[in-house]
Amino acid sequence: MSGHDPHDHDDHDDHSELGDMDVRVRALESILAAKGYVDPAALDVLIDTYQTRVGPRNGARVVARAWTDPDFRAWLLEDATAAITSLGFVGRQGEHMVAVENTAARHNIVVCTLCSCYPWPVLGLPPVWYKSAPYRARVVRDPRGVLAEFGLSLPATTEIRVWDSTAEVRYLVIPRRPPGSAALGAEALAELVTRDSMIGTGLARAPGAPT
Amino acid sequence: MSTFVPPLPGLPLSADGPVFREPWEAHAFAMALALHERGLFTWTEWATALAAEISSAQRAGDADRGDTYYHHWLAALERLVAAKGASTPRELERYRRAWDRAAARAPHGQPITLAPHDLEA
Repeated sequence: MSGHDPHDHDDHDDHSELGDMDVRVRALESILAAKGYVDPAALDVLIDTYQTRVGPRNGARVVARAWTDPDFRAWLLEDATAAITSLGFVGRQGEHMVAVENTAARHNIVVCTLCSCYPWPVLGLPPVWYKSAPYRARVVRDPRGVLAEFGLSLPATTEIRVWDSTAEVRYLVIPRRPPGSAALGAEALAELVTRDSMIGTGLARAPGAPT
Repeated sequence: MSTFVPPLPGLPLSADGPVFREPWEAHAFAMALALHERGLFTWTEWATALAAEISSAQRAGDADRGDTYYHHWLAALERLVAAKGASTPRELERYRRAWDRAAARAPHGQPITLAPHDLEA
C-alpha cells in the first residue's frame, strides 16, 4: 500500500492494487522462483491437491474400512501409518499416524497446542477453528466445555482423552459407527464420517440425518 | 454440515468451508511445503519457527483466533528463508516495492505480472 503517488489513491483508480499480504507473498514467491527454489506451476498443483482433492474424504474412507473390516481395524490401531498407506493415502505430514478409537468408555479429541499440526493426507487442510488459540488452549483445560459448544454432550461415564499432535505424530480419531448403519456398505458409511468426527469434536452422522 | 456444527462462541467456525480465505494464503502454504520437500528446512524447524511466530504475535496482543494464522505462517516463512540464506530482508523489500509498481501499472482486472523494470530504482 506504500510507495504509490498520492494521486493513485483517488476514488476512480483505473489500475490494480495488491493487499500487503499479497505483495509479500508475491515478492517471496518471485524471489524463490527466480533462484530455482520453487516452481510456480508445481505450487499450483499442490494448492489444487489440498484444496479440492484431499479434503476429509480420504480419512472417511479409512474409517469406513475400519468399521467393515476387523483385520484392517486391528492393523489401523496397531500401525496406522502402514494401514493408511495401504489405501494409497500417502503424503506430507501423514508419515507418522496414530489412530485412536472412540468407544462407549472413551472419547478422543485431537489438538495441536503448539501450532496446528494436522494429518493433511487424510483430512485435507485444518479448519479455521482448529488453528485458533481459544480451541488450542481450551480443549486441554475444558474438553467437555468445548464439546458442548460443538453441540456434543457425552455421558459423564465417558472418559475424554485429548491427544496433542506434534511435528512427528498426527492423530486420526475413529468415531463410533452410528446405530442403524449395519446394512450399509463401505461407500455409504464413508458418507457418514464427517471431518469433525475424525478430529473428535463431532460424531459420525446417523444414516438419513441431514448433511 | 453447517447444521451439524453450531457456532462456537469465541471461535471462528467454518464447517467445511474454504480452507484458504484468499489466494495468498494458499501460496504461502504451498511454498512452505515445497521448500521443506526441497530440503531447505526440516519439518521440526518449520514447526518451531511457526510456533515462535504465533507466540510472539500473542505477546504483542494478537487474539490469534485462526484468522491471522497465515500472517504468522508467512512471517515464519520469510524469517526461515532469510535464516537459511535463500533471501534477505533487503531483497524481500526490493521485490515488494517492485510488485507494488507492477500493480500500479496493470490496468484494473488484468493479471499483474512483474517486469524487469519494476525491479529497477
